[in-house]
Amino acid sequence: MKLTDISSDINEWFSGKGPLSDIVISSRIRLARNLAGHKFLVRCSACEKEEILNKLKDILISIELPDKTFYFSVDKAPILDRSFLVERHLISRNHAFGKGPRGAVIAERESFTAMLNEEDHLRLQVLRGGLQLDECFKHINLIDDMIEHKVDYAFSPKYGYLTACPTNVGTGIRISVMLHLPALKIINQIDKFVNAARDMGLAVRGLFGEGTEATGDFYQLSNQITLGISEAQIVSKFEQQIIPEIVEFENAARKKLLLTQSSLLDDKIARAMALLKNAHLISSQEALLLLSHLRLGINMHEKMGASTPGINSIYTMTSGRSASADTVSIQTINRLFMLTLPAHLQLNHGKPLDPADRDALRAKIIRSALNQDS
Amino acid sequence: MICQICKKLEATIHLTEITNGNRSEVHLCQACAVEQGIAIKNQMPLNELLGNLLAAAPADEELMSDLDSEQVCPNCGMTLEQFRKEALFGCPNDYDVFEKTMAPLIEKAQDGHCSHCGKIPSKAPADTKKQLEILSLRQKLDAAVRTEDYEKAAEIRDQINELEKNSCTQHTSQNT
Repeated sequence: MKLTDISSDINEWFSGKGPLSDIVISSRIRLARNLAGHKFLVRCSACEKEEILNKLKDILISIELPDKTFYFSVDKAPILDRSFLVERHLISRNHAFGKGPRGAVIAERESFTAMLNEEDHLRLQVLRGGLQLDECFKHINLIDDMIEHKVDYAFSPKYGYLTACPTNVGTGIRISVMLHLPALKIINQIDKFVNAARDMGLAVRGLFGEGTEATGDFYQLSNQITLGISEAQIVSKFEQQIIPEIVEFENAARKKLLLTQSSLLDDKIARAMALLKNAHLISSQEALLLLSHLRLGINMHEKMGASTPGINSIYTMTSGRSASADTVSIQTINRLFMLTLPAHLQLNHGKPLDPADRDALRAKIIRSALNQDS
Repeated sequence: MICQICKKLEATIHLTEITNGNRSEVHLCQACAVEQGIAIKNQMPLNELLGNLLAAAPADEELMSDLDSEQVCPNCGMTLEQFRKEALFGCPNDYDVFEKTMAPLIEKAQDGHCSHCGKIPSKAPADTKKQLEILSLRQKLDAAVRTEDYEKAAEIRDQINELEKNSCTQHTSQNT
C-alpha cells in the first residue's frame, strides 16, 4: 500500500462516528513491551536493534489480524512520509524523527499500529473514533496475546512489564483520549479542566502529543500512572468517570454560551466562516482554530438544535438554504482539519511546498469546500 | 531532608535551577513552597519529574546508597549517573541492580504504587503468577484493613491461605 492511497481521505476514527464523537474525537490505547533477553534500545548496538526489528516484524506480519497490514520502514522513509504518519496519528513524533533501525506495522483501516524500536522494542496502538476505550482494550489485548505466544516479554513479578523508562513500567498502558473543547476555551474555563486533570494525575497535551500545544481546541488526555492499577481499572475509570465528566463540562459550557453569551458565540462562528470562505493565505494554526469554531457551530446545531444567526450563517451562506440544509457537515469539517495539515497538503500535491505556497493551497482547498454549493 | 525555610518539616519539593551553567538547588516542604508562590510546573512529564528527583538525590548522600551509586549493571553497563542523564534504563536487569535507589523514586513517580497489578503474560511460570496473585491480594487485604472492612479482609485472608496451601501442595508433589 502507498501512503497516497490513504492521504486524500480522512481515517475512520476521524469520520465523526462513535459514541460522544461531537466532543470525544478518538480513543487510543498504547501498550509498551520489550523482549526478554535483549537490552533496551539505548544500550543496543545497531546490529541488535536490527535483530529486534526483524524478529518483531516477522511476528507481526505472521499473526492473523482482522485488517490487512503493511510494513513501513521508518528510518528509510523520506521526512515528508514520516510527518504524514505523525499527522495521521499512526506513529509518534519520537518514532518519526528518532534514530536507528525502526519500523511500523500499520493496519489498512488505520485502527492498529505497531511501532518497532520506538523507546521500547514494541509499542502497540489501537485507535477508534469517539469514546470506545473498552473496545480499544479488547482489540489491543487480543493482539498482545497473539504476540505473547511467539515471544517472551521482559516481565518481573514485582514491576510487571519492564520498560526502558520506569514511568511506563507495570501495565505499560497509555490511554489517550482526544477531546474537542472549544466552548470551554471560549468561556475561559479551560484552565479549570487542565487543573482538574492534573489533580487526577492525568497529562494534558495538544493535538500531536508530547510537547505540542493545544491547537484547534483539541486536547489529549492521558494517564500517567502505569504501576499498581490494572488495565481494566484504568480503562473503566476513563470510560465511566473521567471522560463523561469532561463531556458534561463542555456541554454545560455550550449551553451557557447559547443562553448567556450568544453574540460571542455568533461572532466566533460567523468570523470563522467569513475568513475561511474568503482567505487566500491561511496558516495551519489559523485554519485549525477557525475550523474548530465551525465544528462547534455544527455540533451545537446537530446535537442541541441550536439555531442562532451565527450558526445559521454556516448553512445559509454556503447553500442559500435554511439551517436545516445539511450542506456543511461534520465530515466536511473533519476532512478539512486533516487534509490541510502540512504533510497531507504536500503529499496530495505530489511534491514539497514552501510554507507560503502551503498557506495558499490550504486556503484554496478550504474555500472550494465551503463555497461548493453557494 | 529538612525544608530550608522552616527547618522543621520534611522537604518534598526539590527545585534544581541551571542558569548559565550554574546549578542551584532549593529544597522546601509543601507549605513553604506554597507560601513562596512556587507551584509545581504544570504538566511536568513524568520522566522529567523522575529526572528531577534523581538530580535532587545526590545532595542527600544518605538517601543514596553507596552500593548503588557505584554499581554497574553487568548486563548492559548502565550506571546511575548514566540513568540520571538519559532517564532510561539499559536493560530489564537494571530494575534489580538499582532497586535500592530506584524503588522509592518509582514509587514517587507512580503515585505511591510500588508493585504491579494487572495483566500477566500467559507464559509466566505458574509460581510467578501465583506469587503475583498473592501479592495483589495482600495489597487488597491492607486496603481492607485500612478501611476497617474486616469482613472483606477475612475473605481475602482465606483466599491467600488457599493459594498458599495450593502452592505448597504443588511444591510437595513436584518434590516427590
